[in-house]
Amino acid sequence: MPVLTEDRVSDGIGAPPPLTPPSGDGRGEPDSSFPVSSKQIATWLLMTGIAMLFAGLTSAYIVLRGVPTWDKIPLPPQVWVNTLLLLASSLTLELARRSVRADKVVALRQWLGITAVLGIAFVSGQIVLWREMTASGVLLTSTLHSSFFYVLSGIHAVHILGGLIALVLVSVKAWSGRLSSISFEPLRLCATYWHFMGGVWLYLILLLVFG
Amino acid sequence: MADGNGPGRITIAGLAFAFMMLVLIVVSLWLFIAKPWWFPQLASVRGGDIDGVFTAVLIVTGIAFVGVQGVLGYFVARYGSRGTERAGYWHDNPKAEAGLLIGTAVIMTILVFMGQRVWASIYFTDAPPGSLEVQVTGEQFAWNFHYAGPDGVFGRTDAKLITNDGTNPVGLDKKDPASKDDIVVVNEMHAVVGKPVKVRLRSKDVIHSFFLPNMRVKQDAVPGMSILVWLEPTRAGTFELACAELCGLGHYKMKATLTVDKTEQDLNNWAKGKLAEQSGN
Amino acid sequence: MGNMQVEHATEHAHPQLGFWRKYVFSTDHKIIGIQYMITAMTMAVVGGLLSMFMRLQLAWPGHAWPALGKIFPVAFAGNIMDPAFYVSLVTMHGTIMVFFLFTAVLTGAFGNFLIPLQIGARDMAFPFLNALSYWVFLLSCIVIISALFVAGGAPLGGWTAYAPLSALGEASGPGEGAGMTLWITALGLFTVSGLMGGLNYVTTILTMRTKGMSMMRLPLTQWSLLITAVLGLLAFPVLLAAAILLTFDRVGGTSFFIPSGIIMNNRLLGNSGGHPLLWQHLFWFFGHPEVYIVILPAMGMASDILSTFCRKPIFSYKMMVYSMVSIAGLSFIVWGHHMFVSGMSPFLGSVFTMTTLVIAVPSAVKTFNWLGTIWGARIRFTTASLFAIGFISVFVSGGLSGIFLGSSAADIYLQDTYFVVAHFHLVMAIAPLFAAFGGIYFWFPKMFGRFMNETLGKLHFWGSLIGVYAVFFPMHILGITGHMRRIYDPLFYDFLKPDKGMNIFVSVSAFCLATVQLVFLANFFVSIFAGRRVKENNPWQATTLEWETPCPTGHGNFGDELPVVHRWAFDYSVPGAKNDFVPQTVPPGAEKV
Repeated sequence: MPVLTEDRVSDGIGAPPPLTPPSGDGRGEPDSSFPVSSKQIATWLLMTGIAMLFAGLTSAYIVLRGVPTWDKIPLPPQVWVNTLLLLASSLTLELARRSVRADKVVALRQWLGITAVLGIAFVSGQIVLWREMTASGVLLTSTLHSSFFYVLSGIHAVHILGGLIALVLVSVKAWSGRLSSISFEPLRLCATYWHFMGGVWLYLILLLVFG
Repeated sequence: MADGNGPGRITIAGLAFAFMMLVLIVVSLWLFIAKPWWFPQLASVRGGDIDGVFTAVLIVTGIAFVGVQGVLGYFVARYGSRGTERAGYWHDNPKAEAGLLIGTAVIMTILVFMGQRVWASIYFTDAPPGSLEVQVTGEQFAWNFHYAGPDGVFGRTDAKLITNDGTNPVGLDKKDPASKDDIVVVNEMHAVVGKPVKVRLRSKDVIHSFFLPNMRVKQDAVPGMSILVWLEPTRAGTFELACAELCGLGHYKMKATLTVDKTEQDLNNWAKGKLAEQSGN
Repeated sequence: MGNMQVEHATEHAHPQLGFWRKYVFSTDHKIIGIQYMITAMTMAVVGGLLSMFMRLQLAWPGHAWPALGKIFPVAFAGNIMDPAFYVSLVTMHGTIMVFFLFTAVLTGAFGNFLIPLQIGARDMAFPFLNALSYWVFLLSCIVIISALFVAGGAPLGGWTAYAPLSALGEASGPGEGAGMTLWITALGLFTVSGLMGGLNYVTTILTMRTKGMSMMRLPLTQWSLLITAVLGLLAFPVLLAAAILLTFDRVGGTSFFIPSGIIMNNRLLGNSGGHPLLWQHLFWFFGHPEVYIVILPAMGMASDILSTFCRKPIFSYKMMVYSMVSIAGLSFIVWGHHMFVSGMSPFLGSVFTMTTLVIAVPSAVKTFNWLGTIWGARIRFTTASLFAIGFISVFVSGGLSGIFLGSSAADIYLQDTYFVVAHFHLVMAIAPLFAAFGGIYFWFPKMFGRFMNETLGKLHFWGSLIGVYAVFFPMHILGITGHMRRIYDPLFYDFLKPDKGMNIFVSVSAFCLATVQLVFLANFFVSIFAGRRVKENNPWQATTLEWETPCPTGHGNFGDELPVVHRWAFDYSVPGAKNDFVPQTVPPGAEKV
């Protein structure tokens, strides 16, 4: 029996969730009773791969941590500003999700827009941070710790840019009315990825500052 | 049709395959028992232990090899078909499976313990006091051997003092008094039979590997590391040393010679001669 | 124009696609699978040619080859092979074969072709992403081959690219500049392609199995592809991480892998703090799961093909599944056995010996189960089944030599010798190759609606079986005599002079083995157009779902209705059944009529 794979509306208003056909290209009727949608699984798998990438990079960090020339550099306060921007964007994305579940279209579009702005602000803030550090003489090649800082934050920023692209695509859907309380999987998946990258950033910054 | 117990048809393909397995078994037994080509002549204490581990594994894997390839060939010959007969439907035997699994695990465990005793004797024991000490530095594409000389103290070395023209390949600080009786030789190593040799292995550029086949010694020389290897030669003579880690286009010609002298006096004479040569520069 | 009879199921109103959309830029998993296959076969020819040059040099070092000197004036300057060219051959042969042939053909070609068919789906979960993964793969192939042609040539650090040799650029050797940059780029693209594919495979197998196809009814091919895809998702990103750090060392001036005190081109480099062993740890953390990424699909396919032609269920299906899962899990904790003499802590060396000999156990279980399958069988000897049987022999030979190498004390001597070369070729190249050949002969009718020629196929098999043992078995002995790897001129060493005859024997055997492969290539390509047509859906009388579809399978795979599965994939010689095989779609009880 085909299983509904959309987000359920838990607002307590009695109507049963309608049986909508699975999102897709109309390729057929997979009859699997797997409880999670294929796009959701794909998103989790993507996150697994990205997690392993950062695991590889940070294991290198841990190995080289003990070297005499490690020379940990202090990070300017800008880095915390950027962190707050990114965390705020996760918050606003959650507010966007809440809006779509309540079918508040205007609020949805606003919160999506703010999230995108905050995301762009984060990336811009990172660029500002890099320039600030370079200007003060802390370069990619200055110490091992600074090398890791640039590489880790750079790779992370690349992934945020990918997330921004996803956010734009979701926003296009929101603006053209294709997101509703019974069908907002793209937003859900984008949010999962976005929060994940926010979590990765928290992990990285804690490692770089306290590790 | 009947339920397919008992032998199938003997086919040409099956027999051919079984024959191949037989040839494989016979040739491999010949190669590993008659040993027409085998390890280079053993010349060190640890080498004997390593050869022992090899032999133990060889016996175990040899039995497994002959057994499995033989059974495979036998089954393939015995259980052919014309294309219409039915086989047996049985496909589980938890007891046999468990038995084979546990048996394999036990054999592997025994091999691990046997090998670990040798590994520990090589890596977790220090070179005996009074060993001959050599500092070996690999580079693209040669081996440098630095001896401390009669005073037993190595002169200070510094990478900044290394010269391009081969006059100071290891960066010996000539101002250090301890370096006055040091000798640095290229591609020529000496040791004394029965006397342990303690080698400090380094590299100037990329990873090389210090490989003495007769001694069963192999250790990568890693830039940024100073790695200890020690061995005790049991035979006098000249032995080849090769680089065993790809280090660039000249990897193949990083050959050196280890001469194991019969007496310490012979070694000292050689060292004196080298010192005279080098002082003459 | 092709022989793909495209059948349109009435329910799926697909517009008639032009030639380019149907056969080139297709999103149909079957076309994509065939594209992977043909591209991988091309890479195999390139990689194989490179090894022929290697064997030429190893048999007759110092020999003048005037003809080659004319065609390749740089590589054969003065009619003698250039030493830098030799090590770049070694590097490119390994890289091309491991990634662009084996990983690509087993996961890319067979994965794509078989997954939707064997689970009862019409296509992959993400057909466009699937097509994209192929085109990125093709791009990566073009990039890696271009490394052979840039100034300085291809890199010469081996497929393992150990730092600092790989981190210092052109200074450490010709080819380490532009060539190495292209090498890293190609692997980066390959990783991206692989991740896209892996995402697709896992999602498809988990969510798109047809009704009744529970996980424990999947053919072993599917289990192996699922496990392999998961392995790839976990392992390849670590390679990417290492490649990123390496690139920063090469062009950014960082010191991740470069310690202080390095003298290059007579200059003391300013780097400090990095550790060459870090590269090895990262690379092998990826590298060891990678070899299981190659062998697991081979094991899965060989098991299914074996069972089909033995007319007997695979012995202990459950243990076959569990052993593959445990091999995959264990593959993450054995990587240090590549590093016993690397300068790594000897304590770690002890740990890795233990884990490595543990991973031998599930492989042994699988071997017993293959033998248990053949015991009491009724073998139909086709080229496909011969290769599946040959797979077992070659895998056992290669696997057993691994035990020597896993024993750290013995590995001290054997590391970096031809003993290692023998081991990994038998177990990672030849065994998967045999399984791939078996798969090609087996599924060719399903792909193209024609048979490959069986006589030529059998010639291919017997020639290959003899050839691979003639080439690779003596290498164990070469390793025992101390013959190092990646050596341009073995005769430079007195202790290797007695090996001259054996090297010649191996090289001549290799040339013969390569010639036999030409038979296969001719058979494959000619049969696509002129092979004997298949007149039925299920010429091999197999049980799995793909054999319910026509030969060749049409677009949409299964006609109007998706199949419903009622049993596992191994009901051969079921007592009381009318036929000696019962397809997975036959309901319980219906096999008797």
